[in-house]
Amino acid sequence: MRWIAEVHVSLRSGIADPEGQTIGSGLRALGYDSVAEVRSGKLLRIVFDAESSDAAQAAVADMCRRLLANPVMETATWELRADEQQDAEPANP
Amino acid sequence: MAVAVFPGTWSERDFAHVAESVLGWRARLVWHAERDLGTPDAVVLPGGFAHGDHLRTGAIARFSPLMSAVEAFAAAGGPVIGSCNGFQVLTEAGLLPGALLRNDHLEFRCDWQHLRVEHPDAAQPWLTDLADGEVIRLPISHGEGRYVADPGTLDELEREGRVVLRYAGPDGEVRPEANPNGSERGIAGIVNAGGNVLGLMPHPERAAESEVGGTDGLRLFRSLERWLQEQPARAERRVSSL
Repeated sequence: MRWIAEVHVSLRSGIADPEGQTIGSGLRALGYDSVAEVRSGKLLRIVFDAESSDAAQAAVADMCRRLLANPVMETATWELRADEQQDAEPANP
Repeated sequence: MAVAVFPGTWSERDFAHVAESVLGWRARLVWHAERDLGTPDAVVLPGGFAHGDHLRTGAIARFSPLMSAVEAFAAAGGPVIGSCNGFQVLTEAGLLPGALLRNDHLEFRCDWQHLRVEHPDAAQPWLTDLADGEVIRLPISHGEGRYVADPGTLDELEREGRVVLRYAGPDGEVRPEANPNGSERGIAGIVNAGGNVLGLMPHPERAAESEVGGTDGLRLFRSLERWLQEQPARAERRVSSL
C-alpha cells in the first residue's frame, strides 16, 4: 500500500543556525517582539509503497539514516500516514 | 592525476591546467558515473556544486559510482585532495570527520585568505614542502564552509595533529576577524588518520601562477611531486604505466 512520509530535517540543538537567526531578526523587525528563537530546516514529502505500517516506518528510518539527514549536524523526525488517494491517478498530484 | 567531475563541478579544468601546463604532469578528467579510476598517482575532488548541492553539499555526490573507487584508492594510502566542494564530498562520504555548513554571515565569500600551516608532517603527500607555523595565502570561494564537528571529534583532531590549515591573519594569528565563515577553531583543512586524504576549503589550484596573484597553491602540488618521488614503489608503477 501507498504511504506518505513528511520528514523534518533540522540542525541539532548545539549547532548555530544563522539562517534561523536571520529569519528571527526579520520577524522582530516586523514588530513580533515576542519571537525568542527561529530554527530553520527542511521538509521532505516522500510518497512510497510498503507492505505494512511497520515496514513503512522502517523504510523511512533507513532513508533518514542513509541520506536525508547527516547525523553530524542534523536530526530527522517524521509523520507517516497511509495515502487516502492511493487508488486515484496520478498518485502524487 | 585523476580529477573527478560530477555534474556541477567547476574547478576540474583549473586543476588539470596546473597539472599539465604548469607542472607538465598528465591529468585525466574522470566522469562521476565511471567506476574505474585507472592507476593515478593522486586523486582530486575539485570545487563546484556537485549534483547542485541538493539536500546537502556533497550528499548526492557521495553515492556516485566513482566514489567507491576513490574510497578504495584512499584506503590503500593513495593521495586524495578535496578542495571546497571536494572537502564537502569527503566529509559526506565519511573519509573525513565533521561537516561543512552555511557561512555564519550567510554570504558567499570570494577572497584571498591567509592560512596558518600546522603539522605538515601529518599530511605528508600534500604539505611536505611547507613548514609548521608558516603562513600561506590562497583564494577561498564558498557559501558553505563553516566547519563543524562535535567537541570530542575536534579534540581528537587537535590531539592527533590533523588540523593542518587554519584561517589566520597575515601574521599567522588565528582570531575571529580572520575567520571567513565561522568555522570552529578556525579550521580550514584537515587530514585523515593516515595523512593521505586532505580536505580544505581554499583553492590551491587557483594560486599556482604569479599572473593570478599568488603561487602558494603550487607548493601543495610540488609537495605531492616530491612525496611521490620518495615512494619507490609508486614511482616504479608510474614509469611502467607510461
